[in-house]
Amino acid sequence: MSVDHKMDSSRRQLLVATSAAGGVAAVATAVPFVASLTPSERAKAAGAPVEVDVGKLAPGEMMTVEWRGKPVWILRRTPEMLASLDKTADLVSDPESQKPQQPEYAKNKFRSIKPEYLVTVGICTHLGCSPSEKFKAGAESGMGPDWVGGFLCPCHGSQFDLAGRVYKSMPAPDNLEVPPHKYLADTTIIVGEDGKA
Amino acid sequence: MTTKSQALLNWIDERFPLTSNWKAHLSEYYAPKNFNFWYFFGSLALLVLVIQIVTGIFLVMHYKPDASLNAAGVPVAFASVEYIMRDVPGGWLIRYMHSTGASAFFIVVYLHMFRGLLYGSYRKPRELIWIFGTLIFLVLMAEAFMGYLLPWGQMSFWGAQVIVNLFSAIPLVGPDLSLVIRGDYVVSDATLNRFFSFHVIAVPLVLIGLVVAHILALHEVGSNNPDGVEIKKKKDENGIPLDGIPFHPYYSVKDIVGVVGFLFFFSAVVFFAPEGGGYFLEFNNFIPADPLKTPPHIAPVWYFTPFYSILRAVTYPLFGLDAKFWGVVAMGASVVIIAFLPWLDRSPVKSIRYKGPVFKGAIAIFLVCFFILGYLGVLPPTAGRTLVSQICSVLYFAFFLLMPWYSKLDKCKPEPERVTFK
Repeated sequence: MSVDHKMDSSRRQLLVATSAAGGVAAVATAVPFVASLTPSERAKAAGAPVEVDVGKLAPGEMMTVEWRGKPVWILRRTPEMLASLDKTADLVSDPESQKPQQPEYAKNKFRSIKPEYLVTVGICTHLGCSPSEKFKAGAESGMGPDWVGGFLCPCHGSQFDLAGRVYKSMPAPDNLEVPPHKYLADTTIIVGEDGKA
Repeated sequence: MTTKSQALLNWIDERFPLTSNWKAHLSEYYAPKNFNFWYFFGSLALLVLVIQIVTGIFLVMHYKPDASLNAAGVPVAFASVEYIMRDVPGGWLIRYMHSTGASAFFIVVYLHMFRGLLYGSYRKPRELIWIFGTLIFLVLMAEAFMGYLLPWGQMSFWGAQVIVNLFSAIPLVGPDLSLVIRGDYVVSDATLNRFFSFHVIAVPLVLIGLVVAHILALHEVGSNNPDGVEIKKKKDENGIPLDGIPFHPYYSVKDIVGVVGFLFFFSAVVFFAPEGGGYFLEFNNFIPADPLKTPPHIAPVWYFTPFYSILRAVTYPLFGLDAKFWGVVAMGASVVIIAFLPWLDRSPVKSIRYKGPVFKGAIAIFLVCFFILGYLGVLPPTAGRTLVSQICSVLYFAFFLLMPWYSKLDKCKPEPERVTFK
């Protein structure tokens, strides 16, 4: 081909400009498709607070309620259970609850408003399995003789103490999340609403 | 051929490249004459793909991707699978063919990949075939993972929960990314519906496209063979490789033998052991999904376990990032690294037949590690098992990363001029 290569630059400019404009439009079309993948308004609205009567819990007993599709545990800790938190303080990775895994009012040794009641999301911070109860201390728990009671995640073996604090060198990076909650009455908790009462 | 049918064929050929394509891909596609049984698994993978598509089309006619509870308090999706199993005529067979097909797909594909590893099928000029193949493997894993959510059993739910949460380990974008994948703050109806959409439409389309690219690339450069020598180097006066035979009828007939053999095993599983001892269909998946309770032991389906073990083997944080993130990186890398084989292998010969003891030893260690990782992946973790999986993970990566050196050092035998054939 020995056609001379004189380019019509104004046509070429038009071509580039229209292609660029078309490209921008094509990319912009992706916006509603990607947006449709994000949680819908209904899913966002589904996080209604849950009211729980914890009066029926015996000491050492735990109940599970559903909040935002997740299990929320409410554990009524016995004095021995609370005492075990002193023993685990040196074994857990964040004993002072420095990481923001709890509301300000639960940032204490017990990770709770009232020491007796632990309210925590029962979802392992590793990959989202729900840990199992291993409340019994000692060899009886199947966790070895030094175990003082806590939780074990069945998926990857992360261990937590009875305040939901993760032990050191576990797959889970953080303590269990304490959801926003407050007491409406002495033994009535609302999960999903903030405010110390 | 009668003149009338010849006339019809001519009429078509003037409008559509029928005869030329038939020749290019079948009757005049020359494949090496020394293929052995390892060469069954490519065509078998295609067969399983067809089985999965056909059974899948029929399953969709009865399945309902709906996580809401029915009047009996059972999730609709879970109940619709039970309905297929119990009330739809022939439904149990179609469903077992599909669920067994998933495991069969991975068995066949793993053997197909191992064949490539043995005979150096990834080496120049077949790099792109190998890359397309690795992509097929990746897409197949996505397809299987999303399909496993659909019965909405306990393993479906918690398996998806764990894998989607893997993405949240990526710094900065991770949490938002897993939110976009789930479409909700937890694995829910939104997740089930989008996985259904991806499983039946999007991913199969990509898969078929990649399979076409894989075969087109193969037919462009020609097949490798157990000797790893190029048959195109020695041609007769008509330009046909001396050691080549037309795919049809020679290998079409041979592959039918493979199909019959495969169907023996496949039918035996479908009819007599469809649950595969709890490996093909996990027992916990016969319990409807319960978002509040994780089963005491969860493990992925067997075909994911080697990579899952590598994920679990990473227990140390590094550079200020969680062990979780590095586990995900290691798992991703363990699959992606396969694609780099063409550039890692510096051996002067392609086939294991002429490679030396170092390479043979490396492949043997790699294979043992892969099986150990796979086995540990179905077991709950203990300190001892974690250590073993850490050693095996290191050896897994060493097989690839040290290959440029040990493949060069190896004492190889000379390759023959032409393929060996008894």
